[in-house]
Amino acid sequence: MKTPYGHEVYGIAAEYPSAAALYEAAKMVRDAGFKRWDVHSPFPIHGMDDAMGLGKSWLSAVVLCGGISGLLTAILVEFGPTWGLYRLIVHGKPWDWQTVPALFPIMFELTVLFSAFAAFFAVLIMNGLPRPHHPIFNWERFRRATNDGFFLVIEARDPRFTELEAHELLERSGGLHITIVHED
Amino acid sequence: MDQIPTTRDVIEGAAGGSLDRPLQRAPLVLNRRNFSWITERISGVVEQPAPRWWWVCFTITGSIAMFGLFCLGYQISTGVGTWGLNHPVGWAWDITNFVFWIGIGHAGTLISAILYLLRQRWRTSINRSAEAMTLFAVMCAAIFPGVHVGRVWMAWYLAPLPNNYGIWQNFRSPLMWDVFAVSTYFTVSVLFWYTGLIPDLATLRDRATTKIKKFLLGVFACGWRGSNRNWRHYEMAYLLLAGLSTPLVLSVHSVVSFDFATSILPTWHTTIFPPYFVAGAIFGGFAMVLTLLIPARAIFKLHDIITPQHIDKMAKIILLTGSFVSYAYTMEFFVAWYSGNAYERFAFWNRVLGPYWWYWWVGMLFCNALSPQLFWFRWCRRNILVVYFVCMCVNAGMWFERFIIIVGGLHRDFIPSSWGLFIPTWVDIWTFIGTLGIFTSLFLLFVRFLPMIAMSEVKIVLPEADVHAHSPNGHHPVQAGGMERA
Repeated sequence: MKTPYGHEVYGIAAEYPSAAALYEAAKMVRDAGFKRWDVHSPFPIHGMDDAMGLGKSWLSAVVLCGGISGLLTAILVEFGPTWGLYRLIVHGKPWDWQTVPALFPIMFELTVLFSAFAAFFAVLIMNGLPRPHHPIFNWERFRRATNDGFFLVIEARDPRFTELEAHELLERSGGLHITIVHED
Repeated sequence: MDQIPTTRDVIEGAAGGSLDRPLQRAPLVLNRRNFSWITERISGVVEQPAPRWWWVCFTITGSIAMFGLFCLGYQISTGVGTWGLNHPVGWAWDITNFVFWIGIGHAGTLISAILYLLRQRWRTSINRSAEAMTLFAVMCAAIFPGVHVGRVWMAWYLAPLPNNYGIWQNFRSPLMWDVFAVSTYFTVSVLFWYTGLIPDLATLRDRATTKIKKFLLGVFACGWRGSNRNWRHYEMAYLLLAGLSTPLVLSVHSVVSFDFATSILPTWHTTIFPPYFVAGAIFGGFAMVLTLLIPARAIFKLHDIITPQHIDKMAKIILLTGSFVSYAYTMEFFVAWYSGNAYERFAFWNRVLGPYWWYWWVGMLFCNALSPQLFWFRWCRRNILVVYFVCMCVNAGMWFERFIIIVGGLHRDFIPSSWGLFIPTWVDIWTFIGTLGIFTSLFLLFVRFLPMIAMSEVKIVLPEADVHAHSPNGHHPVQAGGMERA
């Protein structure tokens, strides 16, 4: 979709006066059946995931995998060389099942370490970050999204998107400064 | 759209006016400040040119830090003999400083992780600076075990790297656990802190005036744009990092205490050590948080964000953990008597009446056990001077406590012919003072270049951030299953 001046259209955006207004608008856009749209706020708004019809984040599954791989790494590093290849005898302490608890602290630490790395990289990858530029930054007002502005954007690539219908919906939901945002 | 309240309505209380809130709480941000005030006030600290006091402080602390680094260089190039360590006291100020600094870090993680899991919303005003304090304290802590090994260039032996010397680590050694615990703690704290910083860096990016600032902040903010599709994953990651940091922080000081508890020395070989050390760490750490925040609050005029209520709550935590610690001190004496072990009994008599008697009377008894008891009184918790006095007592007292545990356990060996005392050298003293300089210099750099209060988190506790305030179901229209009530 292009504007008469030949700019590629990213979507249509509106600003809302408060978090509560954005929350109500999100419910209206969700019920209108749009799929490719987003809201932007300076802080996470409680209940917004439901208002947008989003489910639970499955980032937790990635973290679980990270934790399991950390635990397995510790088991490999501790049991492989120390238990099998070089039996390091210190203070004449025996190597049998009763001494296994002495290996637990490092298993725990590596489980936490790998889980934390998994959480950190998963949040970046699942959000498509780092992304230095985004079409929404072309809109001058959008700077306030990290300060005190509340925004809603419906993307042009949404199958239901028509400029007229989207504009009308944003207007009806109380959106202000409704603007076409360019791709470039 | 007249049923949707504007920000102004919510601020003025018109939106929720019809609802009875029997458990109305005191506001966490005073004077009805709004979102942009928070952004302005906190970003302003970073954006304005450095005030003169900052340069004066930084010059002093930076010089102390440089002299501390010189002492470390001298110690590494000459040998551990430059410290006053000698038989029988093989661990003294070095490990005391290590335990002291690592303990201070614990308060930051408690505030950022445990209070988050407990839904303590007041943490948002203090968590960023407390986490920064954690990182700087752990950096200072890591210096001492790193250097006390003597041949620092062989420190890589601590890492399980395949090598052709036939060296492999003893994973059953508490010192090895310590290496893993402290390095994991530092790494996870950095990840947690940076994750929390991303939205605030984006705020600074969007306000940046010069190209260089915009570029650098743009890189570190990762292109954050406050999208709710991003917040969804972000909040889950934040929750999980909090959940991971909680057992981690408890494990770190437990493992530090294992360095002592798994040995067979009187006063060290006790099962009370892990909880006693963790409580002591939080106790000392909160004192340090207040030591840093009370001046910062006054200098940057943050009284509306760090309110008397915040200081009151931190004082209560100091009282609670200080009482845990006092209980542990008492119980150590009881167990020494009850065990019937002559060495153990002697060691504790020696703690009170021996050559280091005044460390116990001043440090442990007055500073750690008695001074926080003032916080039973509301007047004391609300009086900044009293709070600051108690915090300084606790800071000093916790250093003395670690010294008593470490040197107190070592200086009277099992046979009197092996007895000795520890006399610190100038290198010992200046290395410790140097770490104080490093710590304060890093904190000064932090308040200068990064938002010292988590803006995106403080905004959540404002009343107008609550989108459910006007709903007929009151505060919680979302049920446990996540679906909205009909």
